Amino acid sequence: MRDVAIIGAGIIPFGRRDEDTLMDMLAYASLKALDDAGLGDKSVDAVYVGNMGGGIIQHQTAIASSLVDRLNLLPAAAETIENGPASGGSAFKNGLLAVASGYYDFVLVVGGEKMREVTGWRATDFVATMTHPQAEYPYGITLPGLAGMFTRLYMEKYGVTREMLVSVALKNQEMGTLNPFAHVEMAISKEGILDDPASIVNNPTVADPLHLYDACPVSDGAAAVVLCPLDMAKKLNKVPVQIVGFGQATDNQTLQEREDPTDLKAVTLAAQKAFDMAKLKPADIDVAELHDAFTILEIAESEHIGFFKKGEGGKAALAGKTRLGGQIPINMSGGLKARGHPVGGTGVAQIVDIVFQLRHELPKDRQVKNAQKGLTINFGGFGNNVLVFILRRVEQ
Amino acid sequence: MPIDMELEQVLRPHQYPMPPYPPKVITLANGKKMVVRQAVREDVPTILKSVHPCLFIERDYYDIVSARLYGELLAWFRHRVKSEYCLIGQIEGYLVGIVNGRMEDEKVGMSYHTLAIDRGLRIGSHLFAAKMEYHLEQLGQESVLIVAESPIGFRRWMIEYPLEKTTIPHELGGGESYRLTREIYFAAKPRLVVGDRPVPKELLEEAEAEIKFADDDTIRERIAGLKGR
Repeated sequence: MRDVAIIGAGIIPFGRRDEDTLMDMLAYASLKALDDAGLGDKSVDAVYVGNMGGGIIQHQTAIASSLVDRLNLLPAAAETIENGPASGGSAFKNGLLAVASGYYDFVLVVGGEKMREVTGWRATDFVATMTHPQAEYPYGITLPGLAGMFTRLYMEKYGVTREMLVSVALKNQEMGTLNPFAHVEMAISKEGILDDPASIVNNPTVADPLHLYDACPVSDGAAAVVLCPLDMAKKLNKVPVQIVGFGQATDNQTLQEREDPTDLKAVTLAAQKAFDMAKLKPADIDVAELHDAFTILEIAESEHIGFFKKGEGGKAALAGKTRLGGQIPINMSGGLKARGHPVGGTGVAQIVDIVFQLRHELPKDRQVKNAQKGLTINFGGFGNNVLVFILRRVEQ
Repeated sequence: MPIDMELEQVLRPHQYPMPPYPPKVITLANGKKMVVRQAVREDVPTILKSVHPCLFIERDYYDIVSARLYGELLAWFRHRVKSEYCLIGQIEGYLVGIVNGRMEDEKVGMSYHTLAIDRGLRIGSHLFAAKMEYHLEQLGQESVLIVAESPIGFRRWMIEYPLEKTTIPHELGGGESYRLTREIYFAAKPRLVVGDRPVPKELLEEAEAEIKFADDDTIRERIAGLKGR
């Protein structure tokens, strides 16, 4: 197997992009990544597209086939990867394996989603199609509903408080104001969403005990990266970012079938595989992008990945240990909470953000000083299909 | 413009006595303080300057809401509407939202429009609630007739309160009205109607001193910018 590096990264501003089609967004992000890679006359051998909802929301399938034509990358191989909200991570994994195997040299991985052309409740219903078709979906379960139940259990078992959840929201929305690609660029205050009586309107309950500002927005957006063998990457001008570890694991689809519904086993297992492959420990990571579709997930994942002991993640967030300059800066992009969550695009967007961090390209207020190693968690279903990637800066 | 006052008295609709809306202050999600207070007729030309750029924003039906609101406020200014009022939201003096309505008779209120100029802070929700508070608590009416022109409005009013559907045609477009009764209002009040009174002196003075408004481009960006919020 060959070592693989990322040589190009591109992302478009997330948000509500009424003027763009899904294909427009995928194409814009791809062109940015291809430009960034500076491949010159070389083309890519294959294109992997992570997308969850094209078939349902846009009534469009075979998206990768359409994209290669749109980008004039013919006759490159092309596949669309659908794996729920982990579609982006899965597309990236497939691109990684294709280059590592030696079959392809240059691969474009794109992830994107256009969710804002339907109403919020239709978007919520679309995301809920990943729940169990007999045991969950017919009873009206939604992802916020699952997250609410998970949060209540987590609070009872580990003493997580609303203040801890709010501290995650405050941090990530603050980082969103500094990220020009973020969907939500609005800072919020603890007073306005928790302390003041008006918070009952400002921050209403979404799925008890979760409130509006505990949840990520529904976003349009896309991101892309270009991969190639590390030895070829070293000949290019950009600082290569090597993928030194990855792991993927699955779990029971329904929460009630899990031995302990608060145990995100797939996160732990995927992380172990990634750390083993990279020969690294959680303490070696300088910056992480975690899948905070809900604030509780950033806390729970930070524990399951091994940054903090079980029950300590919430306290760490409250104490500022996950802020810039803290023990382990998490979601310096704003995370799903503020950068946004176009479901099929998130896994790739996380990689793009870590690439920017490891290339030391971000402004001071978002850049983790001298970051060398970064990690991402792309969380599919409700933790039943999880991908973890570890990236490392390669000094030229 | 010369006015024939004799004819003018014929053209001007009846006005019910309307007690003033007591101003209040609401803390928003970003921690900023929004003063909600009643505008007076003389404020209309200034308010219209903020409404005007919204006439050309298709997103979320801002165009029709703004066009109708513009006409309603102008009608109030020109004395061509019965018992209209207008409440405004200001942050640091800046106009961030407008609501208006009128008294159909002593018992029934007619809700007109809600226009949030700064988005993403639930300003529309807060101002709509203030409008309902005015009808039911200050004007002492029995019910308010309401329609929504945008899906956002439908979610915020019809579903969140929730309002009861009637077959009464609404003044805005003739569609079937939804109705807020005193019973529905007081049941919803603890979770939807907030704000503190009295407004601290310095905040009220700042708001009353001048209705500031952003330039056209800023208003358009806040409402229909790429982020869309």
